[in-house]
Amino acid sequence: MMSKGNRSFSLWAIATVAVVAGVGLGFTFQSPKNTSIQRGYRGVAQELNYHDSTVAAQRAANRVPAPEAPLDPAGQPSSAAYQNVKVLGKVDANEFLRLMNAITNWVAPTQGCTYCHSAENLAYDAVYTKIVARRMMQMTQHINADWKNHVGGTGVTCYTCHRGMPVPANIWFNQGPTAPNQIGGVTEANIGKNLASPIIGDTSLPSDPFTPFLEQNQDIRVIAHQALPGTDNHSIKQTDWTYALMIHFSKSLGVNCTYCHNSRAFYDWNQSSPQRVTAWYGIRMVRDLNNNFLDPLGKNGTFPKGRLGELGDAAKINCSTCHQGIYKPLFGASMVKDYPEIGADGKVDLTANIGKVNDWTDKK
Amino acid sequence: MAVYQNIFTRVQVRGPFHEVPLPYGNDQRIGKPFFSHLLGIIGEAQVGPIYLGTLGVASLVCGFIAIEIIGLNMWASVGWDPVQFVRQLPWLALEPPAPGYGLHIPPLAQGGWWIMAGFFLTSSILLWWTRMYRRARALGLGTHTPWAFAAAIWLYLVLGFIRPLLMGSWAEAVPFGIFPHLDWTASFSIRYGNLFYNPFHMLSIVFLYGSAVLFAMHGATILATSRYGAEREVEQILDRGTAFERGALIWRWTMGFNASAESIHRWAWWFAVLCPLSGGIGILLTGTVVDNWFLWGVKHGIAPSYPAVWPHVVDPALQTGAVQ
Repeated sequence: MMSKGNRSFSLWAIATVAVVAGVGLGFTFQSPKNTSIQRGYRGVAQELNYHDSTVAAQRAANRVPAPEAPLDPAGQPSSAAYQNVKVLGKVDANEFLRLMNAITNWVAPTQGCTYCHSAENLAYDAVYTKIVARRMMQMTQHINADWKNHVGGTGVTCYTCHRGMPVPANIWFNQGPTAPNQIGGVTEANIGKNLASPIIGDTSLPSDPFTPFLEQNQDIRVIAHQALPGTDNHSIKQTDWTYALMIHFSKSLGVNCTYCHNSRAFYDWNQSSPQRVTAWYGIRMVRDLNNNFLDPLGKNGTFPKGRLGELGDAAKINCSTCHQGIYKPLFGASMVKDYPEIGADGKVDLTANIGKVNDWTDKK
Repeated sequence: MAVYQNIFTRVQVRGPFHEVPLPYGNDQRIGKPFFSHLLGIIGEAQVGPIYLGTLGVASLVCGFIAIEIIGLNMWASVGWDPVQFVRQLPWLALEPPAPGYGLHIPPLAQGGWWIMAGFFLTSSILLWWTRMYRRARALGLGTHTPWAFAAAIWLYLVLGFIRPLLMGSWAEAVPFGIFPHLDWTASFSIRYGNLFYNPFHMLSIVFLYGSAVLFAMHGATILATSRYGAEREVEQILDRGTAFERGALIWRWTMGFNASAESIHRWAWWFAVLCPLSGGIGILLTGTVVDNWFLWGVKHGIAPSYPAVWPHVVDPALQTGAVQ
């Protein structure tokens, strides 16, 4: 039997643990002030919930930089004024300078011009980043011109993804067939899930839903379209992958499932919001950009080894690359209206050869 | 403070260790009994001895093998790193084979371990059930406890064995893992068009919540009348004017009807048992008989339609000329 002293000691110990755990839990709470916006028919829970304090912080983090002061046109294209202009040759020479300034502020504000250009001669193709930048200019105009059903008239600029950083904050690489720590052999093989990852909201779902859906064209639709069996053989395991992709959407846009879906029937377009159509085009857009703009920069050797993923692939984009937690990137502010040369009707040469590092010098 | 006005049990029996003689042919009980004050405040203060027996030993061995298979595979998935094993334990899992294997037995690394762990865990559970049945009989009890346990085993077998057999794929079964089995339930509901429209799921929820309500009502009634000795309810079943009957009066006065000391336990037993029984039927019908519960609900008039608030949304994949 325990003595009385022992008994009160254990009571104190239990009380201490309870207080410590209670204070710890306290830090997990968010400010209860929130705003709820009803979007669907009443009672079907199609609503958005925002914490006011979170929105204030997001507003501050998503301010759009002031546009560069307008310049009078030079009256001649940049190809006539400068050497070795490959994709922006049709842009007016002064507009070209203004755009170069803007790009420096958007992408390499601390590194400056020499992040892409040779200090010796700005026209040299001495740095790989200049080759990448050419392709990115083509990509930007391609998005603005050909993916209006996703980006609308708002459009994108370098800043939408880069936000003052040479490498955008939210990029991804292919995950290998074997996780780095997997023992392998006779033990359970890695199937790409069951490890903690913020990408999938700390669930145990597959942590790379990007390769199958945003690079490859795997089947996202896993729900039967008939009440009775016989028409659909998708598995629960496939559903895990779709579910992971959907969590990525939700995290990237700072919205819940019901922003697009009526959660009682996720598959049903009739009960979905128009945003689901925008998202549908977004999936196709990202797939197009990853396959035709980003992956090739790894395959054709433009990126140096240090910039590639474990499997030698180039950095790729997903929803969060642009959205960064906001339902519309930069809360829907259009920056491209101030830079029409890279907009939907811009002057970027989409078919120009972007060249290779060091394959142009003024001696040629 | 009076003894009944407390969160914990204030009365702890101390005396000669309480034992019941076992019939001929039973094993000896193991362990020297002792009293624990801490356990005494939440239950009986006497700990042990335990009856293990052949079935108990066999069940523990099978259970140990199953836990080893699951745990070692989880540990291997983080490279035998003990820190990562502890940190990621809630995420780690032993997964059933991929759908491509159907009901074939895959290589160990591709789900074979899952089948083996499932075999040993099921053996362990069934052996434990047999042991419970035999112990109930040895004590001269009815077999209500093992049959209630059997209801839970039914749900377990439907999820991990019977339904995958009917679907022709081990991949339909649940992974062994803390978060993974929870995420599985979400994926399961999504794939099969929302389990909330499954009437047996509805029944299961009714019995689950109903069990909680009954538990609260009964527990409260007995605690509230324990000042009159109502915790000795079984002895008071047949008599009038007892403490238990006073507890019954509060329900008769407030609802007009009350359970009896015996029938309240039938209520509780059936609610608890019907929760996994009806749930198991609901799982068994999913994918085998119904592929989309929402559409099944529409077909049978239990899912209303709502007025449109948006312009009509059309699946872009169906539009001609759309990018695929």
